[in-house]
Amino acid sequence: MIRSDVLRDIAPVIRDHLVVCNIGLPSQELHLLDDQPTNFYMLGTMGLSSSIGLGLALAQDKKVISIDGDGSVLTNFGTLPTIANNVADNYILLIIDNGSYGSTGDQPTYAGKKTSLAAVAKACGCENVIECQASETKEVLQDALASNKMTVIVCKCDSGNIKVPVITMDPVVIRDRFMKAVQA
Amino acid sequence: MSIHTKIVDDLVANDISFVTTVPCKQLAGVIDEIDARSEIYHIPSNKEDEGMGLCAGAFMGGKRPAIIMQNTAIGVTINTLATLTQFYRMPLPMLISYRGELREPVACQVEMAVHTKALLNQLNIPTYHFHKESDANELDAILKYTFMCNKPVAILTDASFWGGYGDQ
Repeated sequence: MIRSDVLRDIAPVIRDHLVVCNIGLPSQELHLLDDQPTNFYMLGTMGLSSSIGLGLALAQDKKVISIDGDGSVLTNFGTLPTIANNVADNYILLIIDNGSYGSTGDQPTYAGKKTSLAAVAKACGCENVIECQASETKEVLQDALASNKMTVIVCKCDSGNIKVPVITMDPVVIRDRFMKAVQA
Repeated sequence: MSIHTKIVDDLVANDISFVTTVPCKQLAGVIDEIDARSEIYHIPSNKEDEGMGLCAGAFMGGKRPAIIMQNTAIGVTINTLATLTQFYRMPLPMLISYRGELREPVACQVEMAVHTKALLNQLNIPTYHFHKESDANELDAILKYTFMCNKPVAILTDASFWGGYGDQ
């Protein structure tokens, strides 16, 4: 399974929650597969999906799922200690770890080599860290939502991309639509 | 009333309840004061762009955020300011210690000080420079302005404003 297969699989689970989606292909794929007002699409700023999601989770009570990538977590490693030390039980960080920088041509990341993001998250102090295979992600995510505990999920999947159009929605429209969904 | 108390009083009076910080010696008193206030959730960040991500999320969650950081952070956060805070039109007061100005004892700090205002100007970020303690009387108006226009706004606070570097 590649990332778009995982997103297709989990779309019915995340649809009812606030989702902050990583820059590039992950946002474009989610937008194509299941556009929702509860989705915040990042059009730029690699690395900050987990930070935006944590800030959002700390600011209000609805459940928040940050969809991140291994490359993006690697570029903002400081996020993991911040998450660990500011527990928000309405927050789930889902790292779709395909071991590559998918949006830029599938160059390998260190997460696909020696570095275990799950081990790093645990070492940073995150208490509920689950590494799973792509096919298990939907169930693991459902369990994490039901647990009401802040959870970091590292979903190991294959690298590869589908052809998707860029998101042409204006960023202020994305943000305004999302904020109305947060307040609804 | 100490200047630290006055600054944090203004934050609270403007309903700012989510503050992220990357410390600087000059900002230690303000950070202590923020830690002491129950009205503010203080979340230290490891890097300033991470902090701006946290603030973006908090804003969309209905809180008014602020970031407290050193001016060297402008070099770290240009991409985030342009592609997140400005692109999505989000307000962000940035209380910034302006290192490398008069009375600075560390030469390297001057290297970013000479770029600070030019970079902020290039980014079209409204910028205010506190040099004397009385300049802080404008803070309340600056915060109101920030949340009126939904922009990042820089408040540079230099060594003279903070009363020098003490025994450094």
